[in-house]
Amino acid sequence: MNKKATLVVHSGDLDKVYSAFIIGLGALSMGMDVSMYFTFWGLQRLKKGKLDSAPLSKMNMFGLGRWMIRRKMKRAGVASLDKMLKDFVELGGKILACDMTMEIMGIKKENLRSDVINDYCGVGTYIKEAMESDITLFI
Amino acid sequence: MAEIKVDCRNETCPVPLVETRKALRRASKGDVVEVTGTHPSSRKEIPMAVKSMGLELLGVEEENGVWSIRIRK
Repeated sequence: MNKKATLVVHSGDLDKVYSAFIIGLGALSMGMDVSMYFTFWGLQRLKKGKLDSAPLSKMNMFGLGRWMIRRKMKRAGVASLDKMLKDFVELGGKILACDMTMEIMGIKKENLRSDVINDYCGVGTYIKEAMESDITLFI
Repeated sequence: MAEIKVDCRNETCPVPLVETRKALRRASKGDVVEVTGTHPSSRKEIPMAVKSMGLELLGVEEENGVWSIRIRK
């Protein structure tokens, strides 16, 4: 059986979502299985059309910092979150959506990217995934 | 036995690693995947990924900052 990584994506901040996808993709590329569990602010990024419409965790400066970082990232040739999500799915990564967050924040399945979500689940699923994992991170 | 070329020149982390993995997944057993790139860390990390997946590293070459890595699936 392959080694496995499980990531909780709690933050919806652009920089942290980038980190989560880079680590997730890195693990898949090294031959691991990966599950990413999106909850709270992280789940907002799985709403249709909202993947990269997020502020920075620091120095956002009402969007100015975000604009500057995105410009620098583009210049450095950093892949878009859209490409990262597509690659993550292609490499067999699993995307899990927290159903409790959906309930408290009034998010319906039809508002989410159901094309990439493998399952809607609770903490029990995360723990089950984490128990089988060699790496688990909370982002 | 096909030979698959992947060009990751001017791409940065994690693209060369990811594109290598995508090519290896699509390849059949025995195929050779050759990745070229310029991102310095990927030159070290792609061989690490090859090792952790139990594949065969055929060689790593570098000239003028452009490296190429050959892998047999």
